[in-house]
Amino acid sequence: MALVYAGVCSHAPGITGRADRADPDVRDRFYAAFDDMRAAIQDAGAEAIVVIAAEHFANFFMDNMPSFAIGMADFYDGPIEDPGWLAIDEFRAPGNRDLSRRLITEIMETVDVAYAEEWRFDHGIAVPLHFLTPAFDLPVIPANINCQGPPLAPLHRAWAFGEALRRAADSVPERIAVIGTGGISHWPATPDSGKINEPWDRDFLDRWCRNDRDALLDYDDTTVYAEAGQGGFEIRTFLAVAAAAAGAPGTVHFYAPIPIFAVGCTVASYEIDPVGPSTH
Amino acid sequence: MSLYYVQKFLYELNRDPALKDAYGADRFAVLEPYELTDEEVTALTEPDIGLLYHLGVNGQILMHFAALHHIEWTDYLQRMRDGITAYGPVREGVYAVTGYEGVDEHAAKLGHRGPAAPEEGD
Repeated sequence: MALVYAGVCSHAPGITGRADRADPDVRDRFYAAFDDMRAAIQDAGAEAIVVIAAEHFANFFMDNMPSFAIGMADFYDGPIEDPGWLAIDEFRAPGNRDLSRRLITEIMETVDVAYAEEWRFDHGIAVPLHFLTPAFDLPVIPANINCQGPPLAPLHRAWAFGEALRRAADSVPERIAVIGTGGISHWPATPDSGKINEPWDRDFLDRWCRNDRDALLDYDDTTVYAEAGQGGFEIRTFLAVAAAAAGAPGTVHFYAPIPIFAVGCTVASYEIDPVGPSTH
Repeated sequence: MSLYYVQKFLYELNRDPALKDAYGADRFAVLEPYELTDEEVTALTEPDIGLLYHLGVNGQILMHFAALHHIEWTDYLQRMRDGITAYGPVREGVYAVTGYEGVDEHAAKLGHRGPAAPEEGD
């Protein structure tokens, strides 16, 4: 049918794993924004959810690192981390191998995406799913952009990946939701974990909501690292969703730095026109 | 030095319950297939989280190794800081320390109220 929902959210493991150490008021407002996102995805009638993640050496390593990958399996297990550490029980999420194959085939027309018939979800996908499909009753299509092990694909290629994903979503009969997950600025799992550059994040989200391609591509990894930490490389997932939204305007539903979660916690979405992008 | 193989071992350890069991039984034996220096073997067998961070191990890999050893989050962060103090700046890889004030002080600045008493070392 078409892309029917596009949004972004944070995925840091502390969101679930260190939930009891955050200010309850701020945390619960963040969780409520996740609840609203879940309702919006349901209201859109999504039949599958593509999660564009920035996984953290759970499936892909520097021995054979794809810039872009999509899962092509009928199920995915997780979390790969210790369930107690992440505070998410072991789960099996449904996939849709046939749908994956059709999406991948169309994306390959313009992007050399890798495919994976095995994929174990780490917190980058497990945390969003914990809130967005808690019963694991919606087929998941995992996608990944290498944001961890440089050299990383340039930002304009992440944009091209998002454009290809939109074209692919619009080419299948199913109603597709797409979620990008990642930081914005953050220094995860380092001594600076908890540091968040809120002005940088808010400027980025302003560009994201305007869906301003030129402004969103006007970053380079050296500057991003200096101002937004290595976690800032994950803006690639947000850029891919912006490209998939094809010019639609966006809204930030929640943003707040939560240091013990090690990220500026974000829930945002685009106003998708399911009839397809006007540029087609 | 062979940061790649240190991280390769940790990547495989994080993924593989059987390798975790083998590591638990004989830490030195499981490292034999990897091209590691004596310093790296020491860091992986002690384990010395601070030294591993100093060597340049990515935190996204290292934090799970710390969790495997039941090192609590705040302690994990502190061990990395201690490693920088003891061994110097990160030797290889992307990391640089930026002088962050720490989670609790940051949260207080934001006006957040804590759920519990701050933990030592955070």
